Amino acid sequence: MPEKILMIALSPTMETGTLARWRKKEGDTVASGDVLCEVETDKATMDYESSSEGTLLKILLPEGGQAKVGDPIAIVGKPGEDIAAILAEGPAKASVSKAAPLKPVAGPAASAAPAAHSSPGGRIKASPLARRLAGTKGLDLRTVKGTGPEGRVVKRDVESMPAAGGAQAAVRPSAPLLKPGPGDEVLPVSRMRQVIARRLSESMYTAPHYYLTVAVGMDELLAARTRLNAGREKKISVNAFLMAICGHALARHPRVNSSWNGETLLQHPTADIGLAVSLPDGLITPVVRDCGRKGIAVIDAELSDLVERARAGKLAPAEYAGATFTISNLGAAGIDEFTAIINPPGSAILAVGAVRKEPVVENDAVVIRQRMRVTLSCDHRIIDGAVGAAFLRELADMLENPLLALA
Amino acid sequence: MAGFDFDVLIMGSGPGGYVAGIRAGQLGLKAAVIERDKVGGVCLNVGCIPSKTLIHQAELYRSLPALKEMGITADVKGFDYTHVFDKSRKAADTLSKGVQFLLKKNKAELIVGDAVLSGKNEVTLKDGKKVTGKNIIIATGSRPRIIPGFEFDEQKVLSSTGALMLKKLPKKAIILGAGAIGVEFAHVWNSFGVEVHLVEMMERILPLEDAEAVQVLARSFQKRGVQMSTSTKAVSMQKTAGGVSVVIEDKAGARKTLEADLILVVVGRTCNTDGIGLDKVGIVPEKGFIPVGDYNQTKVPGIYAVGDVVATPLLAHVAFKEAEIAVERIAGKSPSPRIDPLSIPGATYCEPQVASFGLPEWKAVEKGIAFAKASFPYRGAGKSVAVDKTEGFVKIIYDPKTKEILGAHIVGAEATELIHELLLARTAELLPEDIATMIHAHPTLSEAVGESMRAVEGWAIHV
Repeated sequence: MPEKILMIALSPTMETGTLARWRKKEGDTVASGDVLCEVETDKATMDYESSSEGTLLKILLPEGGQAKVGDPIAIVGKPGEDIAAILAEGPAKASVSKAAPLKPVAGPAASAAPAAHSSPGGRIKASPLARRLAGTKGLDLRTVKGTGPEGRVVKRDVESMPAAGGAQAAVRPSAPLLKPGPGDEVLPVSRMRQVIARRLSESMYTAPHYYLTVAVGMDELLAARTRLNAGREKKISVNAFLMAICGHALARHPRVNSSWNGETLLQHPTADIGLAVSLPDGLITPVVRDCGRKGIAVIDAELSDLVERARAGKLAPAEYAGATFTISNLGAAGIDEFTAIINPPGSAILAVGAVRKEPVVENDAVVIRQRMRVTLSCDHRIIDGAVGAAFLRELADMLENPLLALA
Repeated sequence: MAGFDFDVLIMGSGPGGYVAGIRAGQLGLKAAVIERDKVGGVCLNVGCIPSKTLIHQAELYRSLPALKEMGITADVKGFDYTHVFDKSRKAADTLSKGVQFLLKKNKAELIVGDAVLSGKNEVTLKDGKKVTGKNIIIATGSRPRIIPGFEFDEQKVLSSTGALMLKKLPKKAIILGAGAIGVEFAHVWNSFGVEVHLVEMMERILPLEDAEAVQVLARSFQKRGVQMSTSTKAVSMQKTAGGVSVVIEDKAGARKTLEADLILVVVGRTCNTDGIGLDKVGIVPEKGFIPVGDYNQTKVPGIYAVGDVVATPLLAHVAFKEAEIAVERIAGKSPSPRIDPLSIPGATYCEPQVASFGLPEWKAVEKGIAFAKASFPYRGAGKSVAVDKTEGFVKIIYDPKTKEILGAHIVGAEATELIHELLLARTAELLPEDIATMIHAHPTLSEAVGESMRAVEGWAIHV
């Protein structure tokens, strides 16, 4: 029986994929785990590993073409098998197949299920229940970060991901609102730009934002950084310091490290902090996990690796998903202070401005100090003003006197 | 650790405390366990362990009729309950010494004394000596709950402690409260020929267990002559020359007076969170329990609470787990946070045994959770017929969509051992088909567990 290969959600937020390159051609033998093609998702280009075995009988989606998650992109079967019936379904059927998205990765439906998640690096570790849930949600397990024993994907991991189908329903692309006027140029928009537009408007419209600003004395932290970096080949960045100290502050204010979940709150056990990194057409927030319990050097090493790969478009979805808190630093761009939009599922984001020398009154005398303004955007559904203020005050105290983070 | 006597100071040496001490030692932390009474706490000394010795001997005694079928007539004239009692004390003492040995082996210091918190990092012993710890784990446990009018004298009005320390059996006893403890004493005393009357306020004995499972036990108790008054409360009690006289009242308001040699009052437990200095560190108990976060941390950094003092089921094995979580957290490891409430097993040692975890059917209904159920009777497993233990069943409550196991209930022989295969399935997120297709040795009672999983899949073989 020939089998349709469907476009799958290769990242948690992916709704459609652009076929970047076929790595197999018609007539090639396909083994489970082989890379069939490369698919450009909303944020990165991913390898599509086959979950089926047989011969690639027909390519339905040419390179450069787009397909929605759940639409067929190719047919695999035995050589010479009759694929007329499937072809007859044609593109019209493509929308029907959405109703039952992602059968091939649906998990234990087929008896050879575990192989469905195999990859050249070994099989994906997932509990049988997680596989079944991923199947019902239409998720590719490869896009889910496992938190079970030895990184096994378990129920809670799948549950914390948005359903492929659900996301699809939620975000039908909006029809153009404006008619181009004379001289207006209509520019195509990248997948990433669409995702940014959708996610940030969702955040801004659903999360009631408010903002708290403090000016922080940075002399001690910068001096500490200078001492720490003396003789170090690779200098530890200010952002790594910010992440480490935010991690400590979040551990003391777990409410800030929570997500709104409809009727309940999810309070996260670790401070997984994202850093907004700008890309040529958009931005991405690679996440350093468990910042509250890692040393600054470790954070810095992980961060610079993530940022480098983010700029190269090489991050795996699990590496930029699920930040419980986010930092956006426009200091290097010469901005003094600004407000940022919360990056879900986090409930707060810290907007960091430039460090400047400023006159400050201390003991009734004007002295010159290095100061930096930070603004915390909070989701009022979770973080009330006093809670946000207490967090930001403690964070500011720790930045001013980094030793406090250890107290 | 600069400036502190210990990395971890543990108040109490019950299941929460001693496991915390051992685990801390394993992880290279300098730990001390403070105990004012016997090492091992209630569980080892006046709880789980000695009661299991009593139950085991009760069951030996109950097997006499089976011997008779072989033509053996046992002479019970020499039966002396003090031997039964002595044996239970011996088991408790052996294990208490065992715990002391384990603490020593893991270099956890044992401090004998009554400790009260006197600061964020400090406790003060009765003799005024102060001991400091970078972290403190509160594991002070619980004690039998007292209800007004039924205060314990441990002669005629017994707590579970008094019942375990009893050296002579009564002829007639009233047991107030038919939770696990009440039911286990009913089982023991009835086995030794005591006339037992169980009084329970809720509508059935073991009110938290699945109603169908309890029905099997209730029927068995009835056959054995255990009297049971459910939906009934004890209104008042008077001590008489011969024992006690207790007025009970049923749902309809009808009153009745019961006479007995003694009454055992087992209506729950009270946390030992009073008088331990919580006010000194700013911890305010909620309904007696210490509020804690995902890793059993209190709101005071460095202070943790585990076991009966926190609002999780008051079970030794819950305390074990919470102690592990707290200590691993202190040691900078990343333990999985918080216990899944649906994955906590419960075990009641009577005949037939009742063991379960997760949702009972009544709770799924009450909470409006979508569920389906399947069950398999013991008698379908050949072994149960061979050993004459056909009473009982395995019942599964599961999610109809994903078939995730939401609850399991076993009533019958060895239920308390058999439950773990199903619990492993739940915690490892295995699906019924994984267990259904696994080979179970024949003939075993475990086959009934395998068959219950087939029943979920709709293809149980031996029914």
